[in-house]
Amino acid sequence: MNQLALSDEILMTIDKPARYIGNEWNMVKKDLKDVDIRFIMCFPDVYEIGMSHLGIQILYDMFNKREDVYCERVYSPWPDLHKIMKEQKIPLFSLETQRPVKDADFLGITIQYEMCYTNILQILDLSQIPLYALDRGNEDTLVIGGGPCTYNPEPFAEFFDLIYIGEGELSYDELFDLYKKCKADGWNRKEFLYEASKIPGIYVPSLYKVSYKEDGTIAAFEPVRDGVPKTVKKQVVMDLSHAVYPAKPLVPFIKATQDRVVLEIQRGCIRGCRFCQAGMIYRPNREKDIEVLKEYAFQMLKNTGHEEISLSSLSSSDYTDLEELVTFLIDNFKGKGVNISLPSLRIDAFSLDVMGKVQDIRKSSLTFAPEAGSQRMRDVINKGLTEEVILEGAGMAFEGGWQKVKLYFMLGLPTETEEDMQAIAELANKIAVRYYEIPKEQRNGKCQITISTSFFVPKPFTPFQWARMYDKDSYLARAKVVNDAVKAQLNRKSIKYNWHEADVTVLEGILARGDRRLAPALIKIYENGGIFDAWTEFFDNSRWIKAFEECKIDTDFYTMRERPLDEIFPWDFIDTGVSKEFLIREWNNAKAGKVTPNCRMQCQGCGAMQWEGGVCFENKN
Amino acid sequence: MKIRIKFKKFGVMKFIGHLDIMRYFQKAMRRADIDIAYSEGFSPHQIMSFAAPLGVGITSDGEYLDIEVNSTKSSADAVRALNEAMVEGVQVVSYIRLPDQAKTAMSIVAAADYHVFYKENYKVPLSKEEFRMKLKEFYEEPAEILITKKTKKSEKIMDLKQLVYDFRIKEENGKPYFYIKVCTGSTDNVKPELVLEAFYQSLGLEFTENAFQIHRLDVYAAGDLSLGEMGEEIE
Repeated sequence: MNQLALSDEILMTIDKPARYIGNEWNMVKKDLKDVDIRFIMCFPDVYEIGMSHLGIQILYDMFNKREDVYCERVYSPWPDLHKIMKEQKIPLFSLETQRPVKDADFLGITIQYEMCYTNILQILDLSQIPLYALDRGNEDTLVIGGGPCTYNPEPFAEFFDLIYIGEGELSYDELFDLYKKCKADGWNRKEFLYEASKIPGIYVPSLYKVSYKEDGTIAAFEPVRDGVPKTVKKQVVMDLSHAVYPAKPLVPFIKATQDRVVLEIQRGCIRGCRFCQAGMIYRPNREKDIEVLKEYAFQMLKNTGHEEISLSSLSSSDYTDLEELVTFLIDNFKGKGVNISLPSLRIDAFSLDVMGKVQDIRKSSLTFAPEAGSQRMRDVINKGLTEEVILEGAGMAFEGGWQKVKLYFMLGLPTETEEDMQAIAELANKIAVRYYEIPKEQRNGKCQITISTSFFVPKPFTPFQWARMYDKDSYLARAKVVNDAVKAQLNRKSIKYNWHEADVTVLEGILARGDRRLAPALIKIYENGGIFDAWTEFFDNSRWIKAFEECKIDTDFYTMRERPLDEIFPWDFIDTGVSKEFLIREWNNAKAGKVTPNCRMQCQGCGAMQWEGGVCFENKN
Repeated sequence: MKIRIKFKKFGVMKFIGHLDIMRYFQKAMRRADIDIAYSEGFSPHQIMSFAAPLGVGITSDGEYLDIEVNSTKSSADAVRALNEAMVEGVQVVSYIRLPDQAKTAMSIVAAADYHVFYKENYKVPLSKEEFRMKLKEFYEEPAEILITKKTKKSEKIMDLKQLVYDFRIKEENGKPYFYIKVCTGSTDNVKPELVLEAFYQSLGLEFTENAFQIHRLDVYAAGDLSLGEMGEEIE
């Protein structure tokens, strides 16, 4: 057993010491003497969140299958430990060997949401690694980023030596082999980075230079050295069924957010909702073979001892063999004390039947995500769900005994009017009316309809990447319109309305489409105590506002402008395979309120067909 | 069929609290293919109960949990299967069948004994002989040892003379350590650190919990019967 990095005194003082000791079931043990590459994988948030992340479990398994690599883990120390580590200058350590991160060859950080950017700095700072890649010496740990936020890596790009664009299963072997070769040939960090920039999907921020126009937009984004590619192409796994997948995932001692077996059934989505970044960047939609999934279900339950299994994907109802898969899971595992946790499904006879089998109808609720209240607005965002379908689904469910409904919407969508906002309340009311159509003696008292709205943040590589945002007051005014409309409904007593804070929305908007000029502000926020900004109890909006002011950053530039079609975006150097022409066409369709059919109905020529697989080639053998 | 499992907890696992150890064993039962019985109802749970919760930071040679099974392997096979499903720091030492009318470990716990060591880097304030004399004055001679036990809600006067069954000084490599046997269970639960704190107070010494490593030796039912000696090996 390894000597722990933290003393008993510290571990007995802090909350949940289990976050920092490793030793979990299925943890990989290797001797550092036997490996060439020590890679520390990091999720920059608290252990319970980070341990729930599927992507890290996949890469942990894949890297450790290589004999010459030891992949270890680290998560963000909670503020109680953060303070102690800073005071006592304890270097951040990995869970497996409990050795300092700064002694590793690579530190890999997955970047899943904007509000964790300050936690990236915390990880680097506690590791005692210079924050800016340019300040790192020849022997310093190489810092590599990955994850959905790398589709616009620019606000944090200068903190990283390398950034991996796309699905991790593909290019890491090549990167590790290159690293070993460079180590053997006499290590030169700069030359390694230069060679790495030629590997598909690898972006080396220091090898690109950005220049700006007087109006603040980008004039040019160019490689600084010959041989460095102008664009970086997203990596996509085409044979998903036979790609690596962890049959023996880690099982934490403390309860993680995902305390269950997670079966990934497909990647990508056929729907093409115009606000959804995942639906665009993970194209083409690729399904996993159902027989492979059945085998993994058995193995993973056996290897972990978990008492629950869930399915993971975008729009799970679109998985072709969903009915067979869910029935299989219920038939084989329900009787053995294993819970089947269903993803949110399109409400129909099948989903109501299986929900009835695995949930307590009286307690569970139905979930609809119409995303917009009016049909006009839903056409703008290309969300195919119609009012008719919602009312029919809700009606079937009410007659089957359900009485709780959750509805999810966005406010602040492009072209939104007051009528669109009010329509949210009206839709909720219509669902309630449908409930009270059931004869009194056949229903269980009142229905409960919960409306939740979030504020829309435009994301890179979506048809809405050109859209403007609004300020905090305007967002809250929109929520008030909905709230007033709810109060005006006949069935207001059956409807509950929740809305999100608007501060975070604005910041997410700045970061999501930001550029390299934001980096000094991020450092300032961190230096002023900003960590765990994704947590309401630690988030302090004034710290952000102050830092932007001090760095002379006009945040309206990032949020309040509708971008012209010819503007060069900070993320334009990335090739996701989905063409800008397609996104422009969709942006125009949105403005015209024109619906676009999904990938299975009719190919729209987005560009993803170049990968020669997935939904683009279904039934086309 | 009722089964009692005895296990040891050591190393880094001392930082895993009682509730998480329960969750850990629920998953370990599945990994080891133990045919454990489930309760009825919409969300069935394993029929499992632990004898006496162990505080975070404490190691142990004698932890117990009772389970009910539908069918069973032999004791030797079950111990092997469970140990293959254990992490470093938890080791199953026995798996025995209890009589059908046996009460759960939790309901019969009466006492537990401990070794309390000084951790490295902490000074031992007195020699073994000095400790022996002081212990006589504190524990052996008085007719009662009254202390106030503070809980979140109330204060309670306790007589340690009645609740501490044994308290001795031992020595290893010239370094003194303590042996303490205390009343344990749901009514009068005494923790070894409470006894030591009272002793330190009587000496006028400052008590720092971090200076000590507490190690539980075993847990007993009434009549000084170890919980591990109440059933039979399964052939």
